Amino acid sequence: MAGHAETFGFSGGPEGDGSRVMTYVAAISEALREEMRRDPSVLVMGEDIGNDFGGAFKVTKGFAAEFGPLRVLNTPLAELGFTGVASGMALMGLRPVVEMQFADFISSAFDSIVQYAATTHYRWGAAVPMVIRAPSDGGLRSGPFHSQNPEAWFVHTPGLKVVAPATPADAKGLLTAAIRDDNPVIYFESKPLYRNLKGYVPEGEHVVPIGKAHLARSGKNLSIVTYGAELHQALAAAERLADEGIECDVLDLRSLKPLDEEAVLATARKTGKVLVVHAANRLAGVGAEVAAMIADRAFEWLDAPVRRLGGLDTPVPFSPPLEDAYRPDAAKIAAMARELARY
Amino acid sequence: MTETSLTDRERLEVYTWMRLTRAFDERMVALWKQGRGVGGTFSQRGHEAISVGAGWALAPDDVVAPMHRDLGTFLVRGITPLRAFASLMGRATGVTGGRDINFHGMGDLSLGIIGFISHLPHSVPVALGAAMSFRYRGEKRAVLSFTGDGASGSGLFHETLNMAALWDAPYVLLVENNQYAYSTPVHEHTKVTDLARRADGYGIPGVSVDGNDVEAVHAAVKMALDRAREGGGPTLIEARTMRMMGHAIHDGAEYVPPAQLAEWAARDPLQLFEERLVATGVSRDDLEGIGRRCEAEVEEAVVWAEGSPWPDPATVTDGVYAP
Ligand SMILES: Cc1ncc(C[n+]2csc(CCOP(=O)(O)OP(=O)(O)O)c2C)c(N)n1
Ligand SMILES: [Mg+2]
Repeated sequence: MAGHAETFGFSGGPEGDGSRVMTYVAAISEALREEMRRDPSVLVMGEDIGNDFGGAFKVTKGFAAEFGPLRVLNTPLAELGFTGVASGMALMGLRPVVEMQFADFISSAFDSIVQYAATTHYRWGAAVPMVIRAPSDGGLRSGPFHSQNPEAWFVHTPGLKVVAPATPADAKGLLTAAIRDDNPVIYFESKPLYRNLKGYVPEGEHVVPIGKAHLARSGKNLSIVTYGAELHQALAAAERLADEGIECDVLDLRSLKPLDEEAVLATARKTGKVLVVHAANRLAGVGAEVAAMIADRAFEWLDAPVRRLGGLDTPVPFSPPLEDAYRPDAAKIAAMARELARY
Repeated sequence: MTETSLTDRERLEVYTWMRLTRAFDERMVALWKQGRGVGGTFSQRGHEAISVGAGWALAPDDVVAPMHRDLGTFLVRGITPLRAFASLMGRATGVTGGRDINFHGMGDLSLGIIGFISHLPHSVPVALGAAMSFRYRGEKRAVLSFTGDGASGSGLFHETLNMAALWDAPYVLLVENNQYAYSTPVHEHTKVTDLARRADGYGIPGVSVDGNDVEAVHAAVKMALDRAREGGGPTLIEARTMRMMGHAIHDGAEYVPPAQLAEWAARDPLQLFEERLVATGVSRDDLEGIGRRCEAEVEEAVVWAEGSPWPDPATVTDGVYAP
């Protein structure tokens, strides 16, 4: 049984001068390579990125040959340690980009991220300009430890920024912005999109500012607020709903911390009905914050309660029927949206 | 060649477990290459002497925490090929009922097996906890914990051995040094590749053993477990072998030099043991008969697993909490 990956297809993106069609994963590589060429203080580090292996997902394939072993630093299996090392490099003015082999393993580095990197500038004024790349999300039959979406832990942590691109163009633009940011940024890249999603990506410098959402589809009846691979499920749902006469705004948050409050409030005020969707489990997820934000500041515009659709509150199960039951998909989004439209 | 403490009958039993492990592994790899697998999986080819030799050294009441290369230990301890294949296939009849993937989560306390998570090496301190429960209750039982050369670079390795030594725990940590951690050769993830030497830093015995010699592995692990049960404290054992396939089923392992593989292939753990058995009078026909019976058992398991029901999606939220 296949996962959801095949439904992704093509994301469009900024067409025009110097835009080329590429995969989501190629866009991540391109951002890294261009930033390393531009700024000698940028380096990558992580497991299995040496010897031209290029990491588990080949994002840094060819980097070792071009940049050498100190800028493509192969690490032992020691997330807590090497994330601390990255903090030290960042304190001294380098800009390390740490690759977690899977987002799931970011928990092994948790102390270093949430206690050290996140608090340092607040406590003694030293910047920690580092990026942690976290290959996240599931639908790929990879089981509880290679499918997670742990963004909420980091959104909850003061001192961090968190982004989650859903298109190749944003993958490049947000990674570039993250590398140039003077704060620790957790960059959640979506595994199901890696090779299954293509789109236009601008050539050369392309920066997508952190903290800015993107309205991916415009409609007047209902808003779907989402991010990451679920954007494409939401767009597929919106397409079906349009056939039934329900026109959806689909807002791609892109940045989870800071959240683009104005964009969230604008869509809520426009349609009066909001469904928040993410692949991470629902309880205390990013959707809860979005819903609270709307309840606080757009209450008078609402025609229905804000609804949330997330993964179930279980570990991510492996077996296909269980994972399908766990994950939000276009059909589940459409069903919930229909109910909301009728409210 | 090591002095063996095994009787002739036991040696044939050990050989049978190794053949079953190899037959299971080969069938699994073939199925996955045909696209009949679900999710990813790990071949343990080359690890049979370690997983079976160490598993066989456990006493019935001991506890073991195997990892992703330790199919032989799971089998020896009583996870049947039926249950193991159903686990791999994500079926309701698998050990985790389809919740966890491949060998992950294949825990069964009734068999004295602690299941593992992906995060390395998190079984290592958990296994020490099990060992401390035996000390706590004054029980003469020991725990065998497996880990890899790569995982030995994690801080938990140090934290756990320090505590185990400090507390004289009935604990044996076996590092499977299979020359690679995914794509990274051992000398590129640690400076001192003689991993048993680390034991000195904790004041416990460190033993290095030929991981392709099942009797040597068995003897070393048995001695350590016996010592641990009698209150002699922990041992660190390094078993040297070679990961003969890719890291996981998707990995072609192009980064492994063919000469290195050839060198180790010439020391295949099954062949080594076969030669020894034949030299002591066992007939090749008998060994092949064992092989055929193992293959038939594996085939039966595959048929059963593929015919087993998928988990019911309505049960997806069951079991998050103990009742
Ligand atoms: C904390 C953590 N980081 C990364 C990984 C990804 N990973 C899985 S196995 C592996 C290599 C393990 O090597 P080793 O310990 O030598 O065991 P082997 O697979 O060789 O038996 C890596 C990096 C992981 N499982 N856990
Ligand atoms: Mg290894």
